[in-house]
Amino acid sequence: MGIIENINKVFDHRIRLGIMSILMVNDEADFNRLKELLEVTDGNLASHIKALEKEAYILIEKQFIGKKPNTRYSATKLGKAAFKKHINALEQLIMNKGLK
Amino acid sequence: MSEQDYLKDISEIKNLMNKSSRFISLSGWAGIFAGVYALIGAAVAYYIVMSSGRDYLILDGYVFRLILLDLALIAILSVGTAIFITTRRAKSDGVKFWDETTRKLLMSFLVPLVTGGIYILIILKQQKYGQTGALMLIFYGLALVNAAKHTFSNIKYLGYIEIALGLICALYPGYGFWLWVVGFGVMHIIYGAMMLANEKKQ
Repeated sequence: MGIIENINKVFDHRIRLGIMSILMVNDEADFNRLKELLEVTDGNLASHIKALEKEAYILIEKQFIGKKPNTRYSATKLGKAAFKKHINALEQLIMNKGLK
Repeated sequence: MSEQDYLKDISEIKNLMNKSSRFISLSGWAGIFAGVYALIGAAVAYYIVMSSGRDYLILDGYVFRLILLDLALIAILSVGTAIFITTRRAKSDGVKFWDETTRKLLMSFLVPLVTGGIYILIILKQQKYGQTGALMLIFYGLALVNAAKHTFSNIKYLGYIEIALGLICALYPGYGFWLWVVGFGVMHIIYGAMMLANEKKQ
């Protein structure tokens, strides 16, 4: 069995892993909320969001609250499924190594 | 990646999931204080009603207003103490007190609670006061169960107990006072002490 194949390269980074973790348990989150929770800079966060969007793992919704632009993010079905598969693979790897 | 990295990833995922969706700066002390206020308030109410010359409560203006004031004081002191303890703890934990999680927690807690409060006031106006204790316990229990998904999930068990006490209270309104004492006084102290024991362990 190829456990390694289930390890998702897209999630092989702390910030992308973090974004997905947050969006798994919250219906949606805006940019500032993600920034606050992950403690990263704007540019850094934006580039990782773009990477996840490219894979269609997250959905970006732009709107205005008054005059302020507000961008909300949510995980897509595809993203959630991919993330679950990734976590299962991580757990299996840990268990297998533990047995040896 | 090594095994250590995988473990770190998993704990990072868990940590972020909790931090982003659950408010965990509540302290057992808040529960213990709320319970103590309720017991003192109940003793005061007992004394007021007894010394009014009747051994039951009716809506005769003065005594009734004193009881309402007593209840309001219990609520204000409990909430005030909880906010004080919680903000202090959040500060020492280095987490923000007011954020999306706190907002969700408060909303899910307040919607059933305020609904119940208004409903109780409406039926009191209609002179139906036999079920007041039961309704307070039931709506408070529902508020706890509803809020549990945004904080320590074991708070829902406290909610179930309050609901059960409320339903018993509805069946036996004569024991309303004592069931209220158990629900708001004793149960808060027990739950608070259990939470404290848990905090000490960690």
